[in-house]
Amino acid sequence: MLEVSDLRVSYGQSEVIHGVNFEAKKNETLAIMGRNGMGKTTLFKSLIGILEAGEGSIKVDGQDVTGFESHERVASGIAYVPQGRMIFPTLSVQENIETGMQVSGLKRVPEDIYALFPVLFDMRNRKGGNLSGGQQQQLAIARALVTNPKVLLLDEPTEGIQPSIIKDIAKILNEIQEMRDITIIVSEQVLSFTMAIADRLIVIDSGKFIHEDLRKDVDVDKISKYLSV
Amino acid sequence: MGDYTVQELTAIFAMQGFSGLSLFSVLLLMALGLAIIFGQMGVINMAHGEFMAVGAYTTYLLSVISEKYFPGFVQYYFLFAIVASFIVAGILGYLTEFILIRHLYKRPLDTLLATWGLSLIMQQSFRSIFGAREVSPGLPDWLMGSYQPTDMIDIPINGMFVLALTAVVTIGVYLLMYRSNWGLSVRATTQNRLMSGAVGINTKKIDRLTFALGCGIAGIAGAAFTTIASTGPTSGSLYIVDTFMVVVFGGAASLFGTIASAFTIAQAQSILEFFISGSMAKVITLLTLVVILMMRPEGLFSIKVRK
Repeated sequence: MLEVSDLRVSYGQSEVIHGVNFEAKKNETLAIMGRNGMGKTTLFKSLIGILEAGEGSIKVDGQDVTGFESHERVASGIAYVPQGRMIFPTLSVQENIETGMQVSGLKRVPEDIYALFPVLFDMRNRKGGNLSGGQQQQLAIARALVTNPKVLLLDEPTEGIQPSIIKDIAKILNEIQEMRDITIIVSEQVLSFTMAIADRLIVIDSGKFIHEDLRKDVDVDKISKYLSV
Repeated sequence: MGDYTVQELTAIFAMQGFSGLSLFSVLLLMALGLAIIFGQMGVINMAHGEFMAVGAYTTYLLSVISEKYFPGFVQYYFLFAIVASFIVAGILGYLTEFILIRHLYKRPLDTLLATWGLSLIMQQSFRSIFGAREVSPGLPDWLMGSYQPTDMIDIPINGMFVLALTAVVTIGVYLLMYRSNWGLSVRATTQNRLMSGAVGINTKKIDRLTFALGCGIAGIAGAAFTTIASTGPTSGSLYIVDTFMVVVFGGAASLFGTIASAFTIAQAQSILEFFISGSMAKVITLLTLVVILMMRPEGLFSIKVRK
């Protein structure tokens, strides 16, 4: 569903992502694990088109989107939940969700979205900026889902969120995976979270993939060692 | 104020208040466009006054044409002139964004210089095309005259017309910004441009249309302006400072704030002007503004959310 080959990303002269290759299949949940500063966010930003790729190609469902702008990538099926949520603080919860519906042409917020996030329905007239961190995270996921994505990117969805809500979010992601034909790619540092959702884990270190395992074969101690400073 | 009787004072306040309302109308129409553009793109459009002048000259041209070729049309041309001013200024704005502004989004100070340069170019073009002398379009009869509720109070009809026009445009802008998908995209882009792109909004297209709309509204302001004063090449630049004041004082990205601040500034200006000289009135208005902005730097009305 998502094919990335030999992707290189730089900030000015300094290259941060050094030619990564990976493929995520339909209905697969892929976790990209790594410590801070290893290039997770840079990788995700280049996948959605906020940063330009220096070299390499990105394909969604066979379509090459490498030269596309962000909004065109969203139209071809990538959705993005950024690190730090980045919801629109002065728009209401409902309006926040509606910003994602411009590209999919939906007229009303689909029922299954509010079924998935009942708290958002209760708060639909509040300003997005007045929600708690966990609620904002749910809002950001809802906003991404209404674009009808084939590939959902989540950049550190557990950052700054209390442990009980982290479990909720893992549960929600698993439900989304069951409800829709969707590929989920998540970047994370919290191993227990990815072990609860991912089919496959990749470890990124200094802009290169250094380890890959299916979840059922994962050696937890080994990955923990990669993640510890 | 001891020399005036109570009755005279009431009449003075009513009439100065109403002339304040006319100033308020033009300021608000100007500020609406400027606030949309500034709020959305962070572009300070120094040429905004000239887009107003474009609207005013469009109205003048239409008036001359209809007087010369379609004398029967003279009574109605003004309504068409409003629409034409909007369209002409809007198209010019669209081209300006496409040719000039979009290359400078990452350099906000340069847009200031570039639009200032543009304003000089436009002023000189007006001078070359229409001459340095001020011009006035012929107003249809139904805009002339005044309404006299008492012997001492004269309310000019053109002022009432401009006020009504402003109300219609303001409601239109409100509906567009808060009740349409396009407005939602604009408000999202205002808050976070990169993220708006990443939820599928074509931010470049939104920018271009926003700039065109802002300039188009300035064009309407120009058409309204012709009914209360004559138009010269530098008419627009006289209003630009006051308009900026309105936008900053009201708090960018707040429609209600823009309305309230245009009203306050216009009324303060107009009523003070009667009792003291025009320049002292301006000094007092501006000083008050500075003090209020020191206490509330984000403007009168700003939406509060957790950061």
